[in-house]
Amino acid sequence: MKASEQAPLDVEAIREDFPILEREVADGKGLVYLDNAATAQTPDQVVDVIADYYRTYNANVHRGIHQLSQEASVAYEDAHDRVAEFVGADGREEMVFTKNTTESENLVAGAWGLNELGPGDEVVLTEMEHHASLVTWQQVAKRTGAEVKYIPVDEDGYLDMDAAAELITDDTQLVNAVHVSNTLGTVNPVADLADLAHDHDALFFVDGAQAAPTRPVDVEAMDADFYAFSGHKMLGPTGIGCLYGKRHLLEEMEPHLYGGMMINRVTFEESTWADLPWKYEAGTPVIAQGIALAAAVDYLDDVGMERIQAHEEHLTEYAYEQLDADDVDILGPPGDDRGAVVSFNVDGIHAHDLSTILNDHGVAIRAGDHCTQPLHQKLGIPASTRASFYLYNTKEEVDALVEGVEAAREIFH
Amino acid sequence: MSMGSDMYRQQILDHYRNPRNHGELGDPTFSHEGYNPSCGDELEFDVVLEDDGETIERVAFRGEGCAISQASASMLSQELPGMTLDEVADLDRDDVLELLGVEVTPMRIKCAVLAEKVVQDGARIYEGEADVDQTTTED
Repeated sequence: MKASEQAPLDVEAIREDFPILEREVADGKGLVYLDNAATAQTPDQVVDVIADYYRTYNANVHRGIHQLSQEASVAYEDAHDRVAEFVGADGREEMVFTKNTTESENLVAGAWGLNELGPGDEVVLTEMEHHASLVTWQQVAKRTGAEVKYIPVDEDGYLDMDAAAELITDDTQLVNAVHVSNTLGTVNPVADLADLAHDHDALFFVDGAQAAPTRPVDVEAMDADFYAFSGHKMLGPTGIGCLYGKRHLLEEMEPHLYGGMMINRVTFEESTWADLPWKYEAGTPVIAQGIALAAAVDYLDDVGMERIQAHEEHLTEYAYEQLDADDVDILGPPGDDRGAVVSFNVDGIHAHDLSTILNDHGVAIRAGDHCTQPLHQKLGIPASTRASFYLYNTKEEVDALVEGVEAAREIFH
Repeated sequence: MSMGSDMYRQQILDHYRNPRNHGELGDPTFSHEGYNPSCGDELEFDVVLEDDGETIERVAFRGEGCAISQASASMLSQELPGMTLDEVADLDRDDVLELLGVEVTPMRIKCAVLAEKVVQDGARIYEGEADVDQTTTED
């Protein structure tokens, strides 16, 4: 069934799970939270799981034989299976818990990039990459002598796939692309990029930070070699990120961090590594966060990812239409073809000034470069204002955004 | 109107729209630029010193960014002539906020103080006391 044919969400019922949405800000205004691409709110069901862990079975995992440690270990291991299932991975062996998407990028950069890349090798990114991958591969290139190339973004905010076909060659060792752009909202053709990469025996790494929370993800169907995302953008806590990796790759790669849980046998001379995925989870891992992320994934699946996507598409298209005006420059593709992100600029009003005035109306949005400075430079703008939506947002909240923009016009124009 | 919007009093908007001392000086004693990485505000100041080598005679600035950053640069540019570099070094955040004459919300302080930091760093570099390419508000 197409996303747009899904039954609508019962947003009112969903909002009851998020008491923070009832709070007041800015001298008594109701909160209108439209900064979900930065971080999403956390439902009671997930907060309860965190509290339950600390109140009833807080213990380190994989060390103790006592009952609390066993309970925590089982819950933590099961969480890997649950999150793996959520994105279509084949079990916990393919699901590494990290701190965030950025750390997932750095894990692959360290464990694979620094070991496998050298002069003559190329890493192909897109011009719409988040700093998490852009900066990371720049640094790997510096240390290994490899070169970073960028697939251009066209004036409508889409990747130039003809250029991609030229740029990705037998010298390409890895292609790294965002699934959904956190600035433009563009939904990239990840399966096509995977084909291009694999035609040249390159690996394909997908930054799914904005996609995993908002649409069904199937890493096997898109044939990603790696897929990274963050818990806090998908109703989970901060401090947990995920790295999906194909099993054979995670088996072949060397660990990136050493110590603690990633060890199998250690002598004074040498050591062997633990089984997947623990080989990549050195030290005391993100226990409470991992267990809570599994609860967040349960929540999302109960609502239904297709329905969440459809809700967001409706809201995003509505926001695009309402914001569209002669003095407004909306970045990226048209309103009916984007993820739940609308970045824009209003003539004569800097994004930070607009953000301050919106805050007075209770509206929380992001202003700045959204960690895509090179993309903003290419677009010739110092900053933009970004509204981003999630399953608990309503059309009335979009209207509040538009009213706030009008108030800013009255002050500045 | 609550606190945030109150920052945009007529005086601020006037300086934002009609910045004083905007442009370049032909033969500045020193120039320095800086930016605010979190939002992209940019400012570059040219300073001409009097013959005593320590009193500011003229300044000009250029840049782009939010109303707070540009208005604070404009207002500061009116205060600087006649000040010595030692007096510039003694300026602090409160002086700038007093100059702006509005209550600046915590998240916007960096925008407000960028101009002051650029001029102070420029003076310190000129006096051989610092060595920075560009001033940022993140340090």
